[in-house]
Amino acid sequence: MADRERGLTRPSGRVFVARSHVMDGDEVRRALVRIAHEIVERNRGLQDVVVIGLQTGGVWLAERLVAILREIEGTAVPFGTIDVAFYRDDIGLRPVLPEEVTDLPFDITGRTVVLVDDVLFTGRTVRAALEAFAARGRAGVVQLAVMVDRGHRELPIRPDFVGKNLPTRRDELVDVTEKGVTIGDLLTTDKERGVR
Amino acid sequence: MIVPGMTTSTGTPPRLTDQASDATGAIGVAEVTGAGAAAAEEDFFVDHRVPAVRHLLSIADLDRDGILEIMRLSDAFAEVSERPIPKVPALRGRTVATVFMEPSTRTRLSFETAAKRLSADVMTFTAATSSAVKGESLRDTVETIDAMGIDAMVIRHHSSGAPLRVTNWVGASVINAGDGTHEHPTQALLDCFTIREALTARHDGEIPADLKGLRIAIVGDIKHSRVARSNVLAFSALGAQVVLVAPATLMPASLEGWPVTATGDLDAILGELDVIYLLRIQSERLGEVLLPSLDEYHWRYGLTRARADALKKDALVMHPGPMIRGVEISPEVADLPASLVTRQVRNGVIVRMAVLFHLLGSGAM
Repeated sequence: MADRERGLTRPSGRVFVARSHVMDGDEVRRALVRIAHEIVERNRGLQDVVVIGLQTGGVWLAERLVAILREIEGTAVPFGTIDVAFYRDDIGLRPVLPEEVTDLPFDITGRTVVLVDDVLFTGRTVRAALEAFAARGRAGVVQLAVMVDRGHRELPIRPDFVGKNLPTRRDELVDVTEKGVTIGDLLTTDKERGVR
Repeated sequence: MIVPGMTTSTGTPPRLTDQASDATGAIGVAEVTGAGAAAAEEDFFVDHRVPAVRHLLSIADLDRDGILEIMRLSDAFAEVSERPIPKVPALRGRTVATVFMEPSTRTRLSFETAAKRLSADVMTFTAATSSAVKGESLRDTVETIDAMGIDAMVIRHHSSGAPLRVTNWVGASVINAGDGTHEHPTQALLDCFTIREALTARHDGEIPADLKGLRIAIVGDIKHSRVARSNVLAFSALGAQVVLVAPATLMPASLEGWPVTATGDLDAILGELDVIYLLRIQSERLGEVLLPSLDEYHWRYGLTRARADALKKDALVMHPGPMIRGVEISPEVADLPASLVTRQVRNGVIVRMAVLFHLLGSGAM
Protein backbone atom coordinates (compact mmCIF):
# COMPACT_ATOMS: atom_id res chain seq x y z
CA MET A 1 0.00 0.00 0.00
CA ALA A 2 1.09 3.53 -0.43
CA ASP A 3 3.14 4.80 2.46
CA ARG A 4 0.98 7.88 2.39
CA GLU A 5 -2.03 5.72 3.06
CA ARG A 6 -0.25 3.96 5.85
CA GLY A 7 0.29 7.46 7.11
CA LEU A 8 -3.38 8.30 6.89
CA THR A 9 -4.18 5.37 9.10
CA ARG A 10 -1.56 6.18 11.69
CA PRO A 11 -1.23 6.16 14.58
CA SER A 12 -2.79 2.80 14.82
CA GLY A 13 -0.93 -0.19 16.17
CA ARG A 14 -3.09 -2.08 13.67
CA VAL A 15 -1.96 -4.44 10.96
CA PHE A 16 -2.67 -4.68 7.26
CA VAL A 17 -4.26 -7.98 6.28
CA ALA A 18 -4.49 -8.83 2.59
CA ARG A 19 -7.94 -9.84 1.34
CA SER A 20 -7.61 -10.15 -2.42
CA HIS A 21 -4.87 -9.84 -4.99
CA VAL A 22 -6.17 -7.89 -7.98
CA MET A 23 -3.04 -7.70 -10.16
CA ASP A 24 -0.03 -9.96 -10.28
CA GLY A 25 3.56 -8.92 -10.90
CA ASP A 26 3.32 -9.45 -14.67
CA GLU A 27 0.21 -7.31 -14.90
CA VAL A 28 1.92 -4.48 -13.00
CA ARG A 29 4.90 -4.73 -15.37
CA ARG A 30 2.68 -4.71 -18.47
CA ALA A 31 0.71 -1.74 -17.17
CA LEU A 32 4.01 0.13 -16.72
CA VAL A 33 5.06 -0.68 -20.28
CA ARG A 34 1.72 0.63 -21.53
CA ILE A 35 2.03 3.81 -19.44
CA ALA A 36 5.54 4.35 -20.82
CA HIS A 37 4.22 4.14 -24.38
CA GLU A 38 1.39 6.51 -23.51
CA ILE A 39 3.88 9.01 -22.09
CA VAL A 40 5.94 8.89 -25.29
CA GLU A 41 2.83 9.19 -27.42
CA ARG A 42 1.24 12.03 -25.45
CA ASN A 43 4.45 14.09 -25.42
CA ARG A 44 5.53 13.16 -28.97
CA GLY A 45 8.81 11.78 -27.70
CA LEU A 46 10.74 12.47 -24.55
CA GLN A 47 11.99 15.98 -25.25
CA ASP A 48 12.06 17.91 -21.93
CA VAL A 49 10.41 15.03 -20.06
CA VAL A 50 11.56 14.35 -16.48
CA VAL A 51 10.25 11.60 -14.21
CA ILE A 52 9.76 12.23 -10.50
CA GLY A 53 8.77 9.51 -8.04
CA LEU A 54 6.84 10.34 -4.90
CA GLN A 55 8.54 9.04 -1.74
CA THR A 56 8.30 6.28 -1.02
CA GLY A 57 5.69 4.21 -2.90
CA GLY A 58 6.18 5.93 -6.25
CA VAL A 59 9.96 5.72 -6.36
CA TRP A 60 10.44 2.14 -7.52
CA LEU A 61 7.65 2.58 -10.10
CA ALA A 62 9.33 5.73 -11.39
CA GLU A 63 12.67 3.90 -11.64
CA ARG A 64 11.08 1.10 -13.66
CA LEU A 65 9.35 3.64 -15.85
CA VAL A 66 12.64 5.39 -16.61
CA ALA A 67 14.21 2.03 -17.54
CA ILE A 68 11.32 1.14 -19.85
CA LEU A 69 11.41 4.60 -21.48
CA ARG A 70 15.10 4.07 -22.16
CA GLU A 71 14.34 0.76 -23.89
CA ILE A 72 11.56 2.27 -25.99
CA GLU A 73 13.15 5.54 -27.07
CA GLY A 74 16.83 5.07 -26.25
CA THR A 75 16.75 8.22 -24.15
CA ALA A 76 17.73 8.47 -20.48
CA VAL A 77 15.20 10.86 -18.97
CA PRO A 78 16.25 12.74 -15.81
CA PHE A 79 14.96 11.04 -12.69
CA GLY A 80 14.31 12.50 -9.25
CA THR A 81 12.39 11.78 -6.09
CA ILE A 82 10.37 14.08 -3.88
CA ASP A 83 9.05 13.86 -0.34
CA VAL A 84 6.11 16.15 0.24
CA ALA A 85 5.74 15.82 4.01
CA PHE A 86 6.49 19.50 4.61
CA TYR A 87 3.85 20.57 2.08
CA ARG A 88 0.96 18.51 3.41
CA ASP A 89 -2.20 20.27 4.55
CA ASP A 90 -2.81 17.90 7.45
CA ILE A 91 0.28 18.75 9.52
CA GLY A 92 -0.97 18.99 13.06
CA LEU A 93 -4.03 16.89 12.31
CA ARG A 94 -2.08 13.66 12.27
CA PRO A 95 1.55 12.66 12.58
CA VAL A 96 3.47 13.72 9.49
CA LEU A 97 7.07 12.72 9.00
CA PRO A 98 9.22 12.76 5.89
CA GLU A 99 9.87 9.24 4.65
CA GLU A 100 13.02 10.03 2.74
CA VAL A 101 15.14 12.97 1.70
CA THR A 102 14.05 14.68 -1.51
CA ASP A 103 16.51 14.18 -4.37
CA LEU A 104 15.73 16.46 -7.29
CA PRO A 105 19.07 17.24 -8.94
CA PHE A 106 17.71 19.28 -11.85
CA ASP A 107 15.66 22.39 -12.56
CA ILE A 108 12.06 21.65 -13.47
CA THR A 109 11.39 25.05 -15.02
CA GLY A 110 9.83 24.60 -18.47
CA ARG A 111 10.11 20.79 -18.31
CA THR A 112 7.38 18.21 -18.73
CA VAL A 113 7.22 16.64 -15.29
CA VAL A 114 5.76 13.14 -15.05
CA LEU A 115 4.88 12.63 -11.39
CA VAL A 116 4.68 8.95 -10.42
CA ASP A 117 2.91 7.43 -7.42
CA ASP A 118 1.60 3.98 -6.63
CA VAL A 119 -1.95 4.78 -5.51
CA LEU A 120 -4.11 7.83 -6.19
CA PHE A 121 -6.65 8.24 -3.41
CA THR A 122 -7.78 11.59 -1.97
CA GLY A 123 -5.41 13.62 -4.17
CA ARG A 124 -3.94 15.45 -1.19
CA THR A 125 -0.45 14.05 -1.69
CA VAL A 126 -0.51 15.19 -5.31
CA ARG A 127 -1.69 18.65 -4.25
CA ALA A 128 1.25 18.81 -1.83
CA ALA A 129 3.59 17.73 -4.62
CA LEU A 130 2.28 20.49 -6.91
CA GLU A 131 2.99 23.03 -4.18
CA ALA A 132 6.47 21.57 -3.70
CA PHE A 133 7.12 21.94 -7.44
CA ALA A 134 5.90 25.53 -7.38
CA ALA A 135 8.56 26.31 -4.77
CA ARG A 136 11.24 25.04 -7.12
CA GLY A 137 10.35 26.66 -10.39
CA ARG A 138 7.62 26.70 -12.99
CA ALA A 139 7.16 23.35 -14.64
CA GLY A 140 5.95 23.58 -18.25
CA VAL A 141 3.52 20.68 -17.84
CA VAL A 142 2.85 18.33 -14.94
CA GLN A 143 1.39 14.92 -15.74
CA LEU A 144 0.38 12.30 -13.21
CA ALA A 145 1.02 8.57 -13.60
CA VAL A 146 -0.33 6.10 -11.01
CA MET A 147 -0.51 2.33 -10.87
CA VAL A 148 -3.89 2.33 -9.14
CA ASP A 149 -6.66 4.92 -9.08
CA ARG A 150 -8.88 3.90 -6.22
CA GLY A 151 -11.29 6.85 -6.26
CA HIS A 152 -12.50 8.89 -3.25
CA ARG A 153 -10.95 12.13 -4.45
CA GLU A 154 -11.22 15.12 -2.12
CA LEU A 155 -9.69 17.60 -4.57
CA PRO A 156 -10.14 18.30 -8.30
CA ILE A 157 -7.16 16.19 -9.35
CA ARG A 158 -7.12 13.52 -12.06
CA PRO A 159 -4.42 11.17 -13.32
CA ASP A 160 -3.08 11.27 -16.91
CA PHE A 161 -1.83 7.68 -16.96
CA VAL A 162 -3.46 4.89 -14.94
CA GLY A 163 -2.41 1.26 -14.48
CA LYS A 164 -5.78 0.15 -13.19
CA ASN A 165 -8.98 1.79 -12.01
CA LEU A 166 -9.90 -0.02 -8.83
CA PRO A 167 -13.19 0.70 -7.03
CA THR A 168 -12.59 0.45 -3.27
CA ARG A 169 -14.25 1.14 0.02
CA ARG A 170 -12.83 4.14 1.80
CA ASP A 171 -11.61 2.11 4.75
CA GLU A 172 -9.78 -0.45 2.63
CA LEU A 173 -6.10 -0.22 1.86
CA VAL A 174 -4.40 -0.85 -1.48
CA ASP A 175 -0.88 -2.22 -1.50
CA VAL A 176 1.26 -1.97 -4.65
CA THR A 177 4.52 -3.89 -4.93
CA GLU A 178 6.42 -5.45 -7.81
CA LYS A 179 4.65 -8.69 -6.93
CA GLY A 180 1.27 -7.20 -7.60
CA VAL A 181 -1.62 -5.19 -6.22
CA THR A 182 -3.50 -6.24 -3.10
CA ILE A 183 -6.62 -4.95 -1.39
CA GLY A 184 -6.82 -5.46 2.34
CA ASP A 185 -8.06 -4.18 5.64
CA LEU A 186 -6.54 -2.71 8.73
CA LEU A 187 -7.34 -4.97 11.62
CA THR A 188 -6.93 -4.29 15.28
CA THR A 189 -4.76 -6.88 16.94
CA ASP A 190 -5.77 -8.86 20.00
CA LYS A 191 -3.10 -7.10 21.97
CA GLU A 192 -4.47 -3.73 20.97
CA ARG A 193 -8.03 -4.80 21.79
CA GLY A 194 -6.85 -5.76 25.26
CA VAL A 195 -5.42 -2.31 25.78
CA ARG A 196 -8.55 -0.44 24.78
CA MET B 1 12.09 16.99 29.68
CA ILE B 2 9.94 15.23 27.15
CA VAL B 3 6.51 15.01 28.64
CA PRO B 4 3.87 13.31 26.51
CA GLY B 5 0.46 14.34 27.70
CA MET B 6 1.91 15.95 30.75
CA THR B 7 -0.49 16.91 33.48
CA THR B 8 0.44 20.24 34.87
CA SER B 9 0.08 21.49 38.38
CA THR B 10 -1.69 24.65 37.33
CA GLY B 11 -4.24 22.75 35.32
CA THR B 12 -3.12 23.81 31.85
CA PRO B 13 -4.86 21.33 29.57
CA PRO B 14 -2.42 18.92 27.95
CA ARG B 15 -2.96 18.80 24.23
CA LEU B 16 -1.44 15.55 23.29
CA THR B 17 -2.85 12.97 25.61
CA ASP B 18 -4.52 10.43 23.35
CA GLN B 19 -2.19 10.71 20.42
CA ALA B 20 0.83 10.26 22.61
CA SER B 21 -0.38 6.97 23.96
CA ASP B 22 -1.64 5.92 20.53
CA ALA B 23 1.73 6.46 19.02
CA THR B 24 3.34 4.06 21.43
CA GLY B 25 0.41 1.69 20.94
CA ALA B 26 0.73 -2.01 20.92
CA ILE B 27 1.77 -3.60 17.69
CA GLY B 28 1.12 -7.09 16.55
CA VAL B 29 0.92 -9.42 13.62
CA ALA B 30 -2.39 -10.85 12.52
CA GLU B 31 -3.04 -14.05 10.65
CA VAL B 32 -3.03 -13.51 6.93
CA THR B 33 -6.17 -14.89 5.38
CA GLY B 34 -7.42 -15.49 1.85
CA ALA B 35 -5.32 -15.41 -1.27
CA GLY B 36 -2.48 -13.43 0.24
CA ALA B 37 -0.70 -16.20 2.08
CA ALA B 38 2.17 -16.40 -0.41
CA ALA B 39 3.17 -12.79 0.05
CA ALA B 40 2.66 -12.95 3.79
CA GLU B 41 5.77 -11.02 4.78
CA GLU B 42 4.77 -7.96 2.80
CA ASP B 43 1.15 -8.06 3.83
CA PHE B 44 1.36 -6.39 7.19
CA PHE B 45 3.12 -3.37 8.50
CA VAL B 46 4.21 -2.24 11.89
CA ASP B 47 3.77 1.26 13.23
CA HIS B 48 7.14 2.19 14.68
CA ARG B 49 6.55 5.88 15.18
CA VAL B 50 8.28 7.43 18.16
CA PRO B 51 5.94 8.93 20.74
CA ALA B 52 4.78 12.46 20.21
CA VAL B 53 6.69 14.90 22.39
CA ARG B 54 5.71 18.26 23.79
CA HIS B 55 8.76 19.89 25.29
CA LEU B 56 12.51 19.74 24.77
CA LEU B 57 14.17 20.61 28.04
CA SER B 58 17.05 18.17 28.30
CA ILE B 59 18.95 15.68 26.21
CA ALA B 60 18.42 13.22 29.05
CA ASP B 61 14.77 12.88 28.11
CA LEU B 62 15.45 12.30 24.42
CA ASP B 63 16.82 8.81 24.44
CA ARG B 64 19.09 7.46 21.73
CA ASP B 65 16.11 6.85 19.43
CA GLY B 66 14.85 10.38 19.97
CA ILE B 67 18.23 11.84 19.03
CA LEU B 68 18.46 9.65 15.93
CA GLU B 69 14.93 10.69 14.93
CA ILE B 70 16.01 14.36 15.08
CA MET B 71 19.11 13.47 13.00
CA ARG B 72 16.91 11.82 10.36
CA LEU B 73 14.57 14.81 10.23
CA SER B 74 17.59 17.11 10.02
CA ASP B 75 18.75 15.25 6.90
CA ALA B 76 15.48 16.23 5.23
CA PHE B 77 15.83 19.86 6.33
CA ALA B 78 19.46 19.96 5.19
CA GLU B 79 18.13 19.26 1.70
CA VAL B 80 15.52 22.00 2.12
CA SER B 81 18.16 24.57 3.09
CA GLU B 82 20.16 23.87 -0.07
CA ARG B 83 17.25 24.83 -2.32
CA PRO B 84 17.12 28.17 -4.11
CA ILE B 85 14.13 29.01 -1.89
CA PRO B 86 15.06 27.35 1.41
CA LYS B 87 11.57 27.48 2.85
CA VAL B 88 8.67 25.04 3.28
CA PRO B 89 5.10 25.73 4.42
CA ALA B 90 5.16 23.02 7.10
CA LEU B 91 4.33 25.22 10.12
CA ARG B 92 2.23 27.82 8.34
CA GLY B 93 -0.07 29.51 10.83
CA ARG B 94 1.90 28.46 13.90
CA THR B 95 3.58 31.01 16.13
CA VAL B 96 6.94 30.55 17.80
CA ALA B 97 7.97 32.99 20.54
CA THR B 98 11.60 33.41 21.52
CA VAL B 99 11.97 34.52 25.12
CA PHE B 100 15.56 35.39 25.94
CA MET B 101 16.22 36.59 29.45
CA GLU B 102 19.96 36.41 28.86
CA PRO B 103 21.96 37.99 26.06
CA SER B 104 22.32 35.86 22.94
CA THR B 105 22.30 36.64 19.29
CA ARG B 106 23.32 33.46 17.55
CA THR B 107 20.94 31.08 19.28
CA ARG B 108 18.00 33.45 19.02
CA LEU B 109 18.69 34.26 15.36
CA SER B 110 19.17 30.58 14.65
CA PHE B 111 15.79 29.66 16.16
CA GLU B 112 14.06 32.56 14.44
CA THR B 113 15.57 31.65 11.08
CA ALA B 114 14.52 28.04 11.60
CA ALA B 115 10.95 29.05 12.44
CA LYS B 116 10.76 31.37 9.42
CA ARG B 117 12.04 28.66 7.07
CA LEU B 118 9.15 26.53 8.29
CA SER B 119 6.77 29.44 7.53
CA ALA B 120 5.89 29.89 11.20
CA ASP B 121 5.33 33.37 12.60
CA VAL B 122 7.94 34.57 15.05
CA MET B 123 7.51 36.69 18.16
CA THR B 124 10.64 38.03 19.80
CA PHE B 125 11.01 38.90 23.44
CA THR B 126 14.28 40.19 24.82
CA ALA B 127 14.73 41.04 28.46
CA ALA B 128 16.50 44.35 27.88
CA THR B 129 13.59 45.98 26.04
CA SER B 130 10.73 44.46 28.03
CA SER B 131 8.76 44.89 31.19
CA ALA B 132 11.14 42.42 32.87
CA VAL B 133 13.31 45.45 33.57
CA LYS B 134 10.26 47.03 35.24
CA GLY B 135 10.15 44.12 37.65
CA GLU B 136 7.63 41.76 36.06
CA SER B 137 8.09 38.17 37.21
CA LEU B 138 9.03 35.39 34.82
CA ARG B 139 5.68 33.75 35.41
CA ASP B 140 3.71 36.86 34.49
CA THR B 141 5.90 37.43 31.45
CA VAL B 142 5.50 33.96 29.98
CA GLU B 143 1.80 33.78 30.82
CA THR B 144 1.27 37.05 29.00
CA ILE B 145 3.12 35.82 25.94
CA ASP B 146 1.28 32.50 26.05
CA ALA B 147 -2.04 34.33 26.24
CA MET B 148 -1.32 35.94 22.87
CA GLY B 149 -1.67 32.50 21.36
CA ILE B 150 1.60 30.77 20.61
CA ASP B 151 2.47 27.19 19.77
CA ALA B 152 6.05 27.05 20.96
CA MET B 153 8.15 29.06 23.37
CA VAL B 154 11.91 29.04 23.00
CA ILE B 155 13.34 30.13 26.31
CA ARG B 156 16.79 31.06 27.56
CA HIS B 157 17.18 31.91 31.21
CA HIS B 158 20.07 32.45 33.60
CA SER B 159 18.53 30.10 36.16
CA SER B 160 18.88 26.35 35.76
CA GLY B 161 15.44 24.75 35.60
CA ALA B 162 13.54 27.87 34.54
CA PRO B 163 12.18 26.23 31.35
CA LEU B 164 10.85 23.32 33.40
CA ARG B 165 8.96 25.76 35.62
CA VAL B 166 7.61 27.50 32.54
CA THR B 167 6.06 24.24 31.30
CA ASN B 168 3.73 24.47 34.30
CA TRP B 169 2.58 27.94 33.35
CA VAL B 170 2.03 27.82 29.60
CA GLY B 171 0.13 25.66 27.13
CA ALA B 172 2.76 26.00 24.41
CA SER B 173 5.58 23.57 23.73
CA VAL B 174 8.65 24.74 25.62
CA ILE B 175 12.12 24.48 24.11
CA ASN B 176 15.13 25.04 26.34
CA ALA B 177 17.61 27.32 24.57
CA GLY B 178 20.00 27.27 27.52
CA ASP B 179 19.17 27.46 31.22
CA GLY B 180 21.86 28.54 33.65
CA THR B 181 24.48 25.84 34.03
CA HIS B 182 21.99 23.06 33.30
CA GLU B 183 21.51 22.22 29.62
CA HIS B 184 21.45 23.51 26.06
CA PRO B 185 19.92 20.57 24.21
CA THR B 186 19.66 22.02 20.70
CA GLN B 187 23.39 22.85 20.78
CA ALA B 188 24.16 19.20 21.54
CA LEU B 189 21.84 18.01 18.77
CA LEU B 190 23.46 20.29 16.20
CA ASP B 191 26.90 19.16 17.36
CA CYS B 192 25.93 15.50 16.89
CA PHE B 193 24.58 16.35 13.45
CA THR B 194 27.76 18.24 12.53
CA ILE B 195 30.03 15.39 13.57
CA ARG B 196 27.85 12.90 11.74
CA GLU B 197 27.96 15.08 8.63
CA ALA B 198 31.76 15.41 8.81
CA LEU B 199 32.06 11.64 9.12
CA THR B 200 29.74 11.17 6.14
CA ALA B 201 32.09 13.10 3.89
CA ARG B 202 34.84 10.83 5.10
CA HIS B 203 32.95 7.55 4.63
CA ASP B 204 32.26 7.87 0.88
CA GLY B 205 28.93 9.58 1.48
CA GLU B 206 27.70 6.84 3.77
CA ILE B 207 25.86 8.35 6.75
CA PRO B 208 27.16 6.70 9.93
CA ALA B 209 24.42 5.35 12.17
CA ASP B 210 25.84 7.00 15.27
CA LEU B 211 29.08 8.21 16.86
CA LYS B 212 30.15 4.77 18.03
CA GLY B 213 33.84 4.38 18.79
CA LEU B 214 34.68 8.09 18.55
CA ARG B 215 36.86 9.62 21.25
CA ILE B 216 35.68 13.14 21.99
CA ALA B 217 37.37 15.57 24.37
CA ILE B 218 35.41 18.49 25.80
CA VAL B 219 37.88 21.12 26.93
CA GLY B 220 37.29 24.14 29.13
CA ASP B 221 34.96 25.39 31.80
CA ILE B 222 33.05 22.15 32.33
CA LYS B 223 31.74 23.29 35.70
CA HIS B 224 29.70 26.21 34.38
CA SER B 225 28.91 24.82 30.95
CA ARG B 226 25.40 23.79 29.97
CA VAL B 227 26.80 22.93 26.56
CA ALA B 228 29.13 20.39 28.16
CA ARG B 229 26.28 18.76 30.08
CA SER B 230 24.04 18.36 27.06
CA ASN B 231 26.92 17.20 24.88
CA VAL B 232 28.15 14.59 27.38
CA LEU B 233 24.66 13.09 27.38
CA ALA B 234 24.17 13.27 23.62
CA PHE B 235 27.64 12.06 22.58
CA SER B 236 27.54 9.11 24.93
CA ALA B 237 23.95 8.22 24.01
CA LEU B 238 25.24 7.87 20.44
CA GLY B 239 28.10 5.64 21.53
CA ALA B 240 31.06 8.01 21.74
CA GLN B 241 33.60 7.97 24.56
CA VAL B 242 33.78 11.39 26.18
CA VAL B 243 36.75 12.72 28.11
CA LEU B 244 36.47 16.01 30.00
CA VAL B 245 39.57 18.20 30.12
CA ALA B 246 39.84 21.14 32.52
CA PRO B 247 41.88 22.54 35.36
CA ALA B 248 40.60 21.25 38.70
CA THR B 249 38.95 24.58 39.48
CA LEU B 250 36.76 24.36 36.38
CA MET B 251 35.80 20.70 36.80
CA PRO B 252 32.53 19.85 38.60
CA ALA B 253 33.01 18.76 42.21
CA SER B 254 31.72 15.30 41.39
CA LEU B 255 31.39 13.43 38.11
CA GLU B 256 29.53 10.55 39.68
CA GLY B 257 26.99 9.09 37.31
CA TRP B 258 28.42 10.88 34.27
CA PRO B 259 29.43 8.50 31.49
CA VAL B 260 32.85 10.17 31.13
CA THR B 261 36.48 10.13 32.13
CA ALA B 262 38.32 13.27 33.18
CA THR B 263 41.84 14.60 33.01
CA GLY B 264 43.74 17.82 33.59
CA ASP B 265 46.40 17.05 31.03
CA LEU B 266 45.32 17.92 27.51
CA ASP B 267 48.69 17.23 25.87
CA ALA B 268 48.70 13.62 27.08
CA ILE B 269 45.54 12.68 25.14
CA LEU B 270 45.75 14.89 22.03
CA GLY B 271 46.96 12.10 19.76
CA GLU B 272 44.03 9.78 20.48
CA LEU B 273 41.16 12.24 19.89
CA ASP B 274 38.72 12.13 16.98
CA VAL B 275 37.01 15.34 18.04
CA ILE B 276 38.24 18.18 20.23
CA TYR B 277 35.37 20.31 21.48
CA LEU B 278 36.44 23.65 22.96
CA LEU B 279 34.21 25.56 25.35
CA ARG B 280 34.23 29.29 25.75
CA ILE B 281 35.79 30.55 28.95
CA GLN B 282 32.79 32.39 30.32
CA SER B 283 34.40 35.26 32.15
CA GLU B 284 30.91 36.51 33.10
CA ARG B 285 30.23 33.31 35.00
CA LEU B 286 33.60 33.19 36.73
CA GLY B 287 32.43 34.98 39.87
CA GLU B 288 35.27 33.67 41.94
CA VAL B 289 38.88 33.63 40.85
CA LEU B 290 39.22 30.22 39.24
CA LEU B 291 41.98 30.95 36.78
CA PRO B 292 45.25 32.76 37.40
CA SER B 293 44.94 34.42 34.01
CA LEU B 294 43.49 33.87 30.56
CA ASP B 295 47.02 33.72 29.18
CA GLU B 296 47.88 30.85 31.46
CA TYR B 297 44.70 29.06 30.39
CA HIS B 298 45.67 29.49 26.77
CA TRP B 299 49.15 28.16 27.48
CA ARG B 300 47.85 25.01 29.18
CA TYR B 301 44.49 24.32 27.51
CA GLY B 302 44.20 26.52 24.44
CA LEU B 303 44.29 24.87 21.03
CA THR B 304 47.56 26.32 19.78
CA ARG B 305 49.21 25.58 16.48
CA ALA B 306 51.54 23.10 18.20
CA ARG B 307 48.59 21.25 19.77
CA ALA B 308 46.67 21.25 16.50
CA ASP B 309 49.69 19.60 14.86
CA ALA B 310 49.71 16.92 17.56
CA LEU B 311 46.10 15.95 16.75
CA LYS B 312 45.27 13.06 14.45
CA LYS B 313 45.27 14.10 10.80
CA ASP B 314 41.50 13.84 10.47
CA ALA B 315 40.55 15.08 13.95
CA LEU B 316 37.68 17.58 14.06
CA VAL B 317 37.79 20.90 15.91
CA MET B 318 34.52 22.28 17.29
CA HIS B 319 33.41 25.25 19.35
CA PRO B 320 29.86 26.34 20.24
CA GLY B 321 30.75 30.03 19.82
CA PRO B 322 31.28 32.80 20.44
CA MET B 323 34.99 31.98 20.06
CA ILE B 324 37.47 34.04 21.97
CA ARG B 325 40.55 33.85 19.78
CA GLY B 326 43.72 33.79 21.82
CA VAL B 327 42.05 32.07 24.80
CA GLU B 328 40.44 28.75 23.85
CA ILE B 329 41.89 28.72 20.37
CA SER B 330 44.68 30.40 18.49
CA PRO B 331 43.54 32.62 15.65
CA GLU B 332 45.34 30.60 12.98
CA VAL B 333 43.86 27.31 14.20
CA ALA B 334 40.32 28.69 14.18
CA ASP B 335 40.59 29.10 10.41
CA LEU B 336 41.98 25.65 9.61
CA PRO B 337 39.85 23.32 7.47
CA ALA B 338 39.53 20.92 10.43
CA SER B 339 37.53 23.59 12.22
CA LEU B 340 33.79 22.95 11.95
CA VAL B 341 32.75 26.16 13.68
CA THR B 342 30.93 27.75 10.73
CA ARG B 343 29.42 24.39 9.84
CA GLN B 344 28.02 24.21 13.37
CA VAL B 345 26.32 27.57 12.87
CA ARG B 346 24.81 26.52 9.54
CA ASN B 347 23.63 23.22 10.99
CA GLY B 348 22.12 25.04 13.97
CA VAL B 349 19.35 26.35 11.75
CA ILE B 350 18.76 22.93 10.20
CA VAL B 351 18.60 21.04 13.48
CA ARG B 352 16.34 23.68 15.06
CA MET B 353 13.99 23.32 12.10
CA ALA B 354 13.91 19.61 12.89
CA VAL B 355 13.25 20.24 16.58
CA LEU B 356 10.43 22.71 15.88
CA PHE B 357 8.88 20.40 13.31
CA HIS B 358 9.26 17.43 15.64
CA LEU B 359 7.44 19.21 18.45
CA LEU B 360 4.81 21.07 16.42
CA GLY B 361 4.38 19.11 13.21
CA SER B 362 5.16 15.47 13.40
CA GLY B 363 2.89 14.62 16.29
CA ALA B 364 -0.84 15.17 16.05
CA MET B 365 -1.94 18.06 18.21
